[in-house]
Amino acid sequence: MTIQDLRDTHVWRSVFRGGSGASNLRRAMAIQQNVFLHLASVKARTRALQFSVTWYLGTLSFGTFMILVVTGILLMLYYHPSVPQAYADMKDLQFVVSAGVFLRNLHRWSAHTMVMLVFAHMFKVFYRGAYRKPREFNWVVGVVLLIVTLLLSYTGYLLPWDQLAYWAITVGSNIMSAVPVLGQKIRFLMLGGNTVNANALLRFYVLHCVILPLAAILFIAVHFWRIRKDGGLYTGHKESQ
Amino acid sequence: MEDDKSQPTRREAFIKLGVGSVTVACAGAAVFGYSYLSPNVLYEPSPIANAGKPENYPRGSVTQNLEAGIYIIHGAEGFYALSATCTHLGCLTAWNADQGIIACPCHGSKFSVLGGKLEGPAPRGLPWLKVWLGDDGELLVDRATIIPQNQYLRT
Repeated sequence: MTIQDLRDTHVWRSVFRGGSGASNLRRAMAIQQNVFLHLASVKARTRALQFSVTWYLGTLSFGTFMILVVTGILLMLYYHPSVPQAYADMKDLQFVVSAGVFLRNLHRWSAHTMVMLVFAHMFKVFYRGAYRKPREFNWVVGVVLLIVTLLLSYTGYLLPWDQLAYWAITVGSNIMSAVPVLGQKIRFLMLGGNTVNANALLRFYVLHCVILPLAAILFIAVHFWRIRKDGGLYTGHKESQ
Repeated sequence: MEDDKSQPTRREAFIKLGVGSVTVACAGAAVFGYSYLSPNVLYEPSPIANAGKPENYPRGSVTQNLEAGIYIIHGAEGFYALSATCTHLGCLTAWNADQGIIACPCHGSKFSVLGGKLEGPAPRGLPWLKVWLGDDGELLVDRATIIPQNQYLRT
């Protein structure tokens, strides 16, 4: 059975609505009628698909984000955000759970890679001037995504509940208290107390696993959609507006 | 023109390679996922419960151990232990001293003091559990081992 036969089945057509076919109209509909793909444009300049234009840094950032979502959800199945259970769960993932150490390391290395890729993406966009009109707002969305990425990285830092995590968050939260006037209040709200303890662990867990990923998904959706709305990927100063 | 003819077959070969790789990857992920999702170590209570010294149970007494979910019964012929978990849907039963029966609060099943089923909807009576005396003379009950009825422990 070929893929074409599969596309002609009733089930496939009921799910994806559009019929099969090689016409440009059918291809456009395949993108435009898909709830996920419709964020992207149905056409792209050939130039925009070349490696040199973007180094695919945005797509690679999104790829690491997807790896982090999948591995993160799997890690949540063995992790209790409580003191001192969190540390024991992390050790169990390393030494007891089948493939646990692989998923934990994949999550960790993907997190480092994502931070690196997001920065590289930002520099690439900056030095090529791709942030200019009409893409100013998408640059702003990108800056928000950079901050969300760093916050995800930071909140995830506490979750192993080892010495490194504890002191890193102690230092980080004390940096927050340097904010004029409101510093101590912000630190108190962030930690849910005066020291890094069970409340802080739970707050960081909720931020890391629920609030920040949802924020990231929301802004990623806007970011991708704005690429289409702003005339596709920036391909150089000669692009026709 | 020859190129035009060879191109689709080449594309088809790549598609087949791609679909094949994805299929292998999916199968691998399924095996990987199953082994990850099955815990290798369980932090559940041991099935063996310590019920303390036999002297604590006078002859003719029925004692429910709520924590372990069992009854320690010192009958005329010796000690025996019953599971306190109803065989219907797993509720915890209770000893009714006035009527001399074990009753389930959830759906009204009733059992005799020997564990036999008196009234439904429970499909079976309460199972007898393995009881023995430990090295320090305390009663031990293995909640995971069901023994035939009327096997008493005589001390």
